[in-house]
Amino acid sequence: MLSSIYRLIRKIREINQRYSKPHIEMSRGVRISLMALRVYLLLLVGLIVYKFVLILS
Amino acid sequence: MNLFSKLYYKFRKVWKAIQLYLVIAGPGLVVMVADNDAGGITTYAATGAKYGYALIWFLLILIPVAYYVQEMTVRLGAVTKRGHAEAIFDGFGAFWGWFSLIDLMIVDWLTLVTEFIGMTAALQIFGVPPWVTVVGVVVLMAMIVLNGRYWTWEKIALLFCALNLIYIPGAFMVNPSVSSILKDGLIPNFPGGFNGELFFFLMANIGTTIAPWMLFFQQSAVVDKGMLEKDIPWGKFDTLLGSALTVAVAIFIVVVTGTVLKGIEIDSASQATEHLLQTNHWVGTFMAIGLFDAGLLGAICISLASSWAFGEIFGWAHSLNQKIKEAPWFYASYFFTLITAGLVVLIPGAPLVLITLFVQVVAVTLLPAALVFLILLLNDKKHMGEYCNSLTENLIGGFIVIAIVILSTLYGISVMFPGMFQ
Repeated sequence: MLSSIYRLIRKIREINQRYSKPHIEMSRGVRISLMALRVYLLLLVGLIVYKFVLILS
Repeated sequence: MNLFSKLYYKFRKVWKAIQLYLVIAGPGLVVMVADNDAGGITTYAATGAKYGYALIWFLLILIPVAYYVQEMTVRLGAVTKRGHAEAIFDGFGAFWGWFSLIDLMIVDWLTLVTEFIGMTAALQIFGVPPWVTVVGVVVLMAMIVLNGRYWTWEKIALLFCALNLIYIPGAFMVNPSVSSILKDGLIPNFPGGFNGELFFFLMANIGTTIAPWMLFFQQSAVVDKGMLEKDIPWGKFDTLLGSALTVAVAIFIVVVTGTVLKGIEIDSASQATEHLLQTNHWVGTFMAIGLFDAGLLGAICISLASSWAFGEIFGWAHSLNQKIKEAPWFYASYFFTLITAGLVVLIPGAPLVLITLFVQVVAVTLLPAALVFLILLLNDKKHMGEYCNSLTENLIGGFIVIAIVILSTLYGISVMFPGMFQ
């Protein structure tokens, strides 16, 4: 069991290393799109968390 | 004689084209018809019951919307020979890759639960207990995927796609007024004015037309099928045909409920089926069979979308052309997703309605990201070469993506805060 978990962690590290750098050309348009996506997702996750808190309370 | 030779030559040419298409046909048709899953059937049934034929024009607009989004996955898969998950990891790095993969896993699993809800509800109408449905579906799906050939799996899936057309005879059996359909349905209008409730229905229809799993599924299916650059025109045609077919089925469902159940509040497809059984036994039966088939098709595709994505990233063998011994992790993840989703439906008192709503909310977090990545990847000249997006494709695709992102976000918000758009 423990060895399986270690193997999985090793595999995830290997994946992180393999894809550590984005291979798409990081033009200004791509950077702006990714930044907009980050902001959008943060807002959305914030909204979901707010709803979750509302349900709990 | 010369005329006959020419006709024969033309016939041979067309016949060869059809034969070639039948070889290539598959991913586009399957993904599009599977898009009419249990949740989709509920949305269309409720739309027809609420607004009659009045929103058919809006469904027709969804044909190019679905086509333009999905055909991009055909090009991306055929050119890069990589699934969507792998393309995101490679293109945007591990952060966005893990975000997409984990989000996909959650959305797929929750959607799979909703497919089981639809299938068990459909067969319960015929007196089949839910546990029999769940066991039967898992066994049936095991038989479909474990044959070790993508080709066989695809052709069986296409058979279930054909069964999805059962709504068409159903629509003819309720004797709808063709002149009313043409008059009320084809002229763009907003029944009762553009209010919050109508907006919710429009958003729900868009939400069921483009789902995140569809992007991942079609691209991986294109890769698994081994489609090449030269197959792209046929892949596009396949996708266009699938888009037209899926909207046609949706319209026939709207016609059925718009004719028989207009004015009745519908919350689920199974509720619509029960109402239909009281008025027309055969139409109700067709609706129940269609609902089961829709759930099954959705389940067939969604569970594969996750397994393909995990296989791509973890480096496991991940093809339907491989036997269970050759790709154990691929099949293990497939059956794990399938069985756990099926078991949830069998838990007494499980919050199934909450799960159904939660799917729509979580999907909103993945869909915009997947669509933005898709457009950016299609503009990557280094990998896409001559198949990267043209200016026109970018304008059309960009407009569609922005519209979907805005509308699906509003839909997600309206699911979380139902009073917001009233």
